[in-house]
Amino acid sequence: MLQTFTVYVEDKPGVLNRVASSFRRRGFNIESLAVGHTHKPGISRMTIVVEADGFTARTIEANLYKMVNVLLVENITYDDKVIRELALIKVRTSPENRLEIFQTVEVYRSKIVDVTTESVMVEVTGPTAKIDSLVEVFEPYGIIEMVRTGVIGMGRGPYAPTISPEFVEAVVPEEAVAK
Amino acid sequence: MTKTGAQVIWEVLAKEGVEIVFGYPGGAVLPTYDALLDSSIHHVRVRHEQGAAHMADGYARASGRVGVAMATSGPGATNLVTGIATAMMDSSPIVCITGQVNSGVIGTDAFQETDLTGVTLPITKHNYLVTSADELGPVLREAFYVARSGRPGPVLVDITKDAQNGKTEWVWDDRPVRLPGYQPDLRALPEEYQRAAELINNARCPVILAGQGVIMSGAMDILREFVDMTNIPVAETLLGIGGLPASHPLNLGMMGMHGEVWVNNAIQEADLLLAFGMRFDDRVTGTLSTYAPNAAKIHIDIDPSEINKVVRVDVGIVGDLRETLEILMPAIERGDRNGWVDHILEQKSEAAERDIVGQPEGGQLYAAHVINDLWKYTNGEALIVTDVGQHQMWTAQYYRPDKPRHLITSGGLGTMGFGLPASIGAKMACPDEEVWLIVGDGGFQMTASELATCRQEGVKVNIALINNGYLGMVRQWQEFFYDRRYAGTPNVNPDFVKLVEAHGLTGLRCTERGQAESLIQQARETEGTVLIEFQVVQEDNVYPMVPAGAKLNVMIRRPEPNPELASEV
Ligand SMILES: Cc1ncc(C[n+]2csc(CCOP(=O)(O)OP(=O)(O)O)c2C)c(N)n1
Ligand SMILES: [Mg+2]
Repeated sequence: MLQTFTVYVEDKPGVLNRVASSFRRRGFNIESLAVGHTHKPGISRMTIVVEADGFTARTIEANLYKMVNVLLVENITYDDKVIRELALIKVRTSPENRLEIFQTVEVYRSKIVDVTTESVMVEVTGPTAKIDSLVEVFEPYGIIEMVRTGVIGMGRGPYAPTISPEFVEAVVPEEAVAK
Repeated sequence: MTKTGAQVIWEVLAKEGVEIVFGYPGGAVLPTYDALLDSSIHHVRVRHEQGAAHMADGYARASGRVGVAMATSGPGATNLVTGIATAMMDSSPIVCITGQVNSGVIGTDAFQETDLTGVTLPITKHNYLVTSADELGPVLREAFYVARSGRPGPVLVDITKDAQNGKTEWVWDDRPVRLPGYQPDLRALPEEYQRAAELINNARCPVILAGQGVIMSGAMDILREFVDMTNIPVAETLLGIGGLPASHPLNLGMMGMHGEVWVNNAIQEADLLLAFGMRFDDRVTGTLSTYAPNAAKIHIDIDPSEINKVVRVDVGIVGDLRETLEILMPAIERGDRNGWVDHILEQKSEAAERDIVGQPEGGQLYAAHVINDLWKYTNGEALIVTDVGQHQMWTAQYYRPDKPRHLITSGGLGTMGFGLPASIGAKMACPDEEVWLIVGDGGFQMTASELATCRQEGVKVNIALINNGYLGMVRQWQEFFYDRRYAGTPNVNPDFVKLVEAHGLTGLRCTERGQAESLIQQARETEGTVLIEFQVVQEDNVYPMVPAGAKLNVMIRRPEPNPELASEV
């Protein structure tokens, strides 16, 4: 099944490469990887989606966790969370179908961000399934090009992940934290 | 104080307690080599950078301290790669310092530019590219800390030439290194100890699988206490040898592909496996689907990613092994498992009758006899380093050390050419130890150029060269599984005695068992490095052997003693 990880990393050159390499080396195929800054300077956040069973998911977490530049790893697959993806889709239009397309954009609560006589560019956000579905609807008109950001995710509620690497069934000894 | 980056490098090394650096100079490390002359650290100029990495590794394994290797950019650095991968697989703490082209030309395919942090990314515990002198001090400290803490491993620091030349205000900062993303000291949740203790107390046929983690965490004494109290027998991995004295009655010996029959049988029959600082390598498990089918499994390891990696366990405890056993001990009940132990040891005496050590040699020289003699005449007290091949497995079987850090060998990567340089590193780390290298005729030639380093440094390593005229271990597989078609395995060898003599060292030759004792004694008494070439039976095999794809206790057994041979004596 698809496993979704939130990974906090130090914002340093080569860190993305390290993370990606740890997947490549063990033959895990990354379905989606999105990375960007957090509100804290020097810390980036990745959302990584991988096809894996439960045991493999733990191995992945533990391997990510081991990396010196990785600050925190969370498997949010089973959490109550918000998952979003953004896509830009350029669709071929004709005078006849233009209205139909505008209506579809409306239904999907997406936005038209560029219009020419022969095309529109649609911006859509939502869970992966919603975007897949819109793509399917646009397919018959002719998709000229498309780009997706990959998913980002966040747990619901007033908390952020804290440093408690329980996935390894272990705790950081208090003395170590006190240092 | 204002210093150059190059000076900072040597200052930090000295502060980290480094006494010896193994290296080879070149354009991109010239500034650092220039500053070497003002440092009190001893630099060992090797003959090939691979040798430098293996020497640092041997130094680290013998002493438990961090070994240091140094090389120039490009070809110098890529020559380190095999040594770094070897250290990575066996969790050996080394720091490799390499020169890099000027930061301004990085990425332009400048002369001798190789993206070494890229190349070594999957074979280092961590690596750094340093482009300014200001970063050098903190990064090098981090490098040593990361290399030796948690599960140890190699760390590479790639330093541009301008960072070496640059000036910086440097002060030694001895506050603990703070790395927010690096948490080497984890400890298991209390429930896990509880569950482990219950499993142990209820087990009737348990076996301890002792790995290198026993030695690295210094758990030798507590392991022994644990074993004596619970009466649980111990099987060792190749790198775990020495964690419990070989002479301890509950030390069964090595497990796995060339482990003894009684050891593998015990594992297959066990109702509980206690994996202590080992990682279930495929060379010790055989086919996973049939591995220890009746056993519950407890795995204690400092590296969380090892738990459930290949073998699914019932209890996984993350933590330093010594600490973990100390926490666990009070909950463990004294045990009497004599029936189980007797059952295992009965098989031992049956199998031992086939043991080559007890067999007559019929005028021929067997490698196993040689190694057993070496064990005998050095009182089992030498620090043994091996290369990779048949001689390595025979060493694990017949040189049975009572002390930890006395058998140094490339386990995970199985790197031929490791032996000679690693033995030099080990001897330099422990000059008071009697160091013996046991090496094959094939692997010896991969790094034999380091004989010159022995001479240069006046290092005394005793070399037992097991010359069987073949890449023996590969030839054995060809004999068993490829119909004796010996493709690429016969060796056309130089005259080894002349070869060492050409280096100004001593060469001896042994062709009969009767000569072994006096030659071994002669080697021990001779000053400087001595090589004894043992011309042994050529098509001899390592037994027992679990063929690939077989269940762990389905083994090719040692042939019955040859009645004709026996009657000759
Ligand atoms: C660098 C390297 N190349 C190839 C191998 C594959 N290999 C494993 S054992 C072996 C034979 C070693 O021959 P030798 O050094 O003569 O030792 P013997 O087995 O005869 O004791 C070979 C080629 C290896 N382990 N390492
Ligand atoms: Mg050989």
